[in-house]
Formats: sequence, structure tokens, C-alpha cells
Amino acid sequence: MLRFIVRRLAWSIPTLFFVTFLVYIALRIGTDPVESYKRINPRVTPAKIQQYIEVNGLDPNYVRGYFQWLVNFVTLDWPRSIKGSREVWPQLKDALANTLRLGAAASTVGISVGLLLGIFAALRPGGRRDVTVNTAAFVGISIPPYVSAILLQLLFAVYWSRWFGSTLFPTSGVYPPGHTGFNLVLMLKHMVLPTSVVAIQIIAVYARYMRSSLLDVLSSEYMRTARSKGISERRVLFKHGLRNALIPVVTIAALDVGAIVGGLIITENIFSYPGMGKYFLSAFGEGDFPLLMPWMVLIVASVLVFNLLADVSYAWLDPRIRLD
Amino acid sequence: MSESILQIRDLTVTFATPLGPLVAVRGVDLDVGAGELVAVVGESGSGKSVSFLAAMGLLPSTATVQGSVMLDGVQLVGASAKQMRSVRGRLLSMIFQDPLSALNPVHRIGAQISEMLRAHQKMSERAARARAVELLEVVGIPQPGDRAMQYPHEFSGGMRQRVVIAMAIANSPKVLIADEPTTALDVTVQAQILEVIQKVQKQFGTAVVLITHDLGVVARVCDRVNVMYAGRFVERAAVSDLFDAPTHPYTRGLLASLPQAGKERLVPIVGFPPNMLRPPSGCAFRARCADAISDCEHAVPELRAVGAAQSACIRAAELMQPR
Repeated sequence: MLRFIVRRLAWSIPTLFFVTFLVYIALRIGTDPVESYKRINPRVTPAKIQQYIEVNGLDPNYVRGYFQWLVNFVTLDWPRSIKGSREVWPQLKDALANTLRLGAAASTVGISVGLLLGIFAALRPGGRRDVTVNTAAFVGISIPPYVSAILLQLLFAVYWSRWFGSTLFPTSGVYPPGHTGFNLVLMLKHMVLPTSVVAIQIIAVYARYMRSSLLDVLSSEYMRTARSKGISERRVLFKHGLRNALIPVVTIAALDVGAIVGGLIITENIFSYPGMGKYFLSAFGEGDFPLLMPWMVLIVASVLVFNLLADVSYAWLDPRIRLD
Repeated sequence: MSESILQIRDLTVTFATPLGPLVAVRGVDLDVGAGELVAVVGESGSGKSVSFLAAMGLLPSTATVQGSVMLDGVQLVGASAKQMRSVRGRLLSMIFQDPLSALNPVHRIGAQISEMLRAHQKMSERAARARAVELLEVVGIPQPGDRAMQYPHEFSGGMRQRVVIAMAIANSPKVLIADEPTTALDVTVQAQILEVIQKVQKQFGTAVVLITHDLGVVARVCDRVNVMYAGRFVERAAVSDLFDAPTHPYTRGLLASLPQAGKERLVPIVGFPPNMLRPPSGCAFRARCADAISDCEHAVPELRAVGAAQSACIRAAELMQPR
């Protein structure tokens, strides 16, 4: 197992190089970084442009350019953003922290509630509670986040203030405008609505995963063997059923959580939540190459790490899977 | 027969289906003496597995069970879930057809056996593990100590069936139901598994009900045979009588379809088993029976003594006469 992890991590380094090279080319073709720089800074001198090309690795030759960029990136000599000429890392770090906070909250709530609902539904297949959970999950999956977000904003901000005089939950940002410093209660209040929007989707998806996975397991022969032992129904379900039913779900969960690092683009924009998704959209809108490349590297790395995590968790849960 | 350990009377199992009630087992009687090895033979869908799943209380909730199943003086039909739990695995255990899927893939073999032990006996985890290793040795698994730490996928089909047997006999049950225990296995392995079952029967005095469709298996190990067709027993006989002088046309058909050295062709039973949702009147086998007469339509034939055997064919005595 340890050897597998080490080898996979070693392999992820060339993968990271290759994928970032592709991303580099895609960004250069897609955004034309030099033109964007001139557009944002109209009165820039040719010398400045030349300097911009060098620090960002924007040589006309893509391969040479990529290696220039790589050297600067690895030596942590990151160029500043083209808009406002600000340092990239503090912005990226804040965006990542905000997204991880939102993603972790939504995943924790979403996956745990989803799994419970799935189990609840699978225990009485075809019964009233199964139909209820199924229908609710179907509705949850069908409502896009931009609809549920607006509905929640209407309910808890617009109507709530009309009925009770003040809004229950704020609808944008991490803190009220002008706020400085850390305040847990305020932060949590701001997270409630965006977390709910994301969690609704996750709950719906995982309720369905868990339901079908558990139904599969419940009809398997070893469950009958377990019952034939004369052990309690609860033990049959938890010791023999759930462990098997969780194998596919945990694997999917690891991949899904990895994808969240890329940001919840729609939700973050609706709630003006300064996370990875919002960071990407504004950087991409400006063609801000110095902001975009580190973002991309982070996404690629997180996909690689969570893929590894999915494999490891799979092998850990299922003794039939050997990693080597 | 006086001290029968398992006594089934007028057992009827009905499944609620979208197409209406399906009566899979229609009034079955059976006595199994202590330590006896009895066969129940029949084709797929004849109700043989369902009868004993009903006795185990392992049928899905769509099934309704009527009649009586007495195990060592305890009525199992209508028993509470708690009572059934205490019977299952302690007095009555079952071996299933497919050893590949009967064991939980994510638990170690030893743990699965010791779970069975600890479900019914007060013993420490350690003692249960040690006993599990002994049981693996009883069923002929080499290096039982190491094997107990392995997972089911590390065992061959035959070895897995041995594990299932070890699990089933862990609490020395009075009756062991073996539901097609050799069907999923290679022929060479089949013989070994039958030997293990016989060994268990002799060593622990366990009564065994062997459910099978394979008369070859029956000939090898059993004392008495019960032939089932369309949810009813149509013939009961001692093994030798059954092979020498079958009394029911269905049994004759089964024997004729058995491969034998020197036999040119197998003779299959023509036609298909009846639709159990709309069973025919009278004898369920008459549509496929070459000897059927108009009287066969009138009433469902009861089991009646024909020589030493019992047959549910109204022409049994007549057809037995040499022609």
C-alpha cells in the first residue's frame, strides 16, 4: 500500500508537468496574455512589455516559454497580476481557503445527510418513505443551483425582511462590507445560504447513490447467509450490508470532493463569495495570465491527489482490490 | 421414524406477485429423523428450496407461510423474529448453492465463522477464533490457522463451500439444510463436498436435508428420497427402491434423463413445468405424462403406499406391473 502511494505520487510529478504544459498552451491560445496586458495597462512602455513576457514565460516559442514559466513558478518567483499589479499567492490562498471552507461544509452536510436518506429509503424499497426520498432527490437534482440560490435569497432575505423586519441570512460575501478581522458567527451566517445551495445537490445525488448501492447489497446472497446465522437484523445491516454498500460511494465521494477545489463557479458568483470559482471567472475575464496559471496548477494537483485518495480508500474498504 | 427431529406438516407457501398469488409449495409433509440424511429432489421452481427457506424464516416479506414446521418440538411457522433468530444457526442451519456469493467479501473467513459461534454461545472473541480454526480443520481445509485470516476471494469454490459448511455446523445444529451444495462446483470437487457433508452427519449426528436436482448425488449419499414436482411431493422411497422401481412417471422421466455408461441417448422429459400462477387441475404432471388418462384431471392425487414406497400417481400400482 505504502509503495503504491509513493509510486503514484512519483508518477504524478510528470503528469503534473504534462498537464500544466497543455494548460499553458490552452491559455496562451485562448487568452493572448500579452494583448490582455496591453489592454489593461494602455500606457505601458515596450520595455515593461518585454519584462512582462520574460517573467511570465510568454516566449513566442511555446516550449521555451513553458520552461521559462516553469522555472519561475518552481522557484516561487511568481509574477504579479496584470490588474493592480498585486501578489498572486495571497489572493489564491484566500480564494482556496474560502472554497475549502464552503466545500467542506457542503460536502460534510450533503454526503452525511444524503447517505442517511439513501439508507432510510433502501430499507423499505417501494414504500412511502422510499418514494418520498426518491421524489425529493429527483427534484433536488433537477433544480439548478442558480434557481435554488435565488429562491433561497428570496425567502431568507427579501421576504424574511418584509415579514420580520430584517434578513435572516446575508446573501453575499464572507463578511459584511467594511468588516475586518475574524468573526466566526458572522462567517457562519454568511456561509449558510451558499452551503445550502451546494448541499442540496450533494444530498440528492448521494441519497440516490446510497439507495441503489444498498439495494444491490441487500439482495445479495451473503446477506441471506448473514441472516441465516441468527444474528440481529441491525448487525446484519451494519456489519454486512453497509460496509459493502459504502465501497462504491466512498470512491465517488473522493473524486467529487476533489472536484470542489476548482470552485463552485455558479454558487460563488451568485453569492459574491470570493472562492476559487469567482477567482477564476474574474481572472479569466481579464485574461490575467499570472493569476490563471497557479490556479490551474492547484486544480490539476488536487485532481491527482483526490484520485489517489479514491484508489486508496477503495483498496482500504475492499480486500479484493490489491494496489501494486 | 418415531423420533423425527424435523416434522413438516401441510406446509404451504404463497407469494404475492403482481400477477396474483403464486402458490409455490402446496401442502408438503416431511419427517426427518435425528442424524438422518434425506434427499429432496426436483427441478428448478418445484418449490424445494422455498420449502426450507420457509422453515428458516428467510423468505421475503411477500411470502405467506402456512402449515406447521416442528423442529425438536418447537413450532417455527408463525414464530417471532426473536425466536427464529435463536433457532437459525443454532438448531437449524443452511448451506447455500453458490459458495462464491454466500460469503461476505469484506470480512475474514475466521471472523465470519466466529460471528456464527458468538451469536449463540457465550464465548470470548479469542475462543471463538480458535474454535473457528478447529472447524476449518474439520471440513478439511489445510493450514486452517493461516486460512482463517484470509478473505473469501482467496479461496477456490470448493474451499469456500467447505468454509460455508464449517460456518453452518459451528453450533452443532440438529438439522442442516444443504440447498444444492454441489451444483456450482466442478464434478471432482462435488464428491469431496459430499464427503464433508457425510462426515459432518456422522461425526456430529446432524440430520441433513440435501436439496438437489441431481439424482447422481442422491444415489451416492442419501437414505431416503423425496421427489418434488410443482410444489408437492410425488414420490417418496428408499434410495435403492427409487432407482430400481420408480413408482411415479415423473421419477421415471428423471431417471431416463440421467446419463449412464452404455446408454446411447438421454431421454428428456417432454414439455415444461406448469405455470404455478395457473396450475392445471388434477395431477400437475399429466400434461407431460405419457401414461396420463382422463381420471388424472379430476383430483390432485395424494401420496399412497405402493410397495415400500409412496407415490402420488393414481396408476402407480398398475404401471408397476411388468408389461
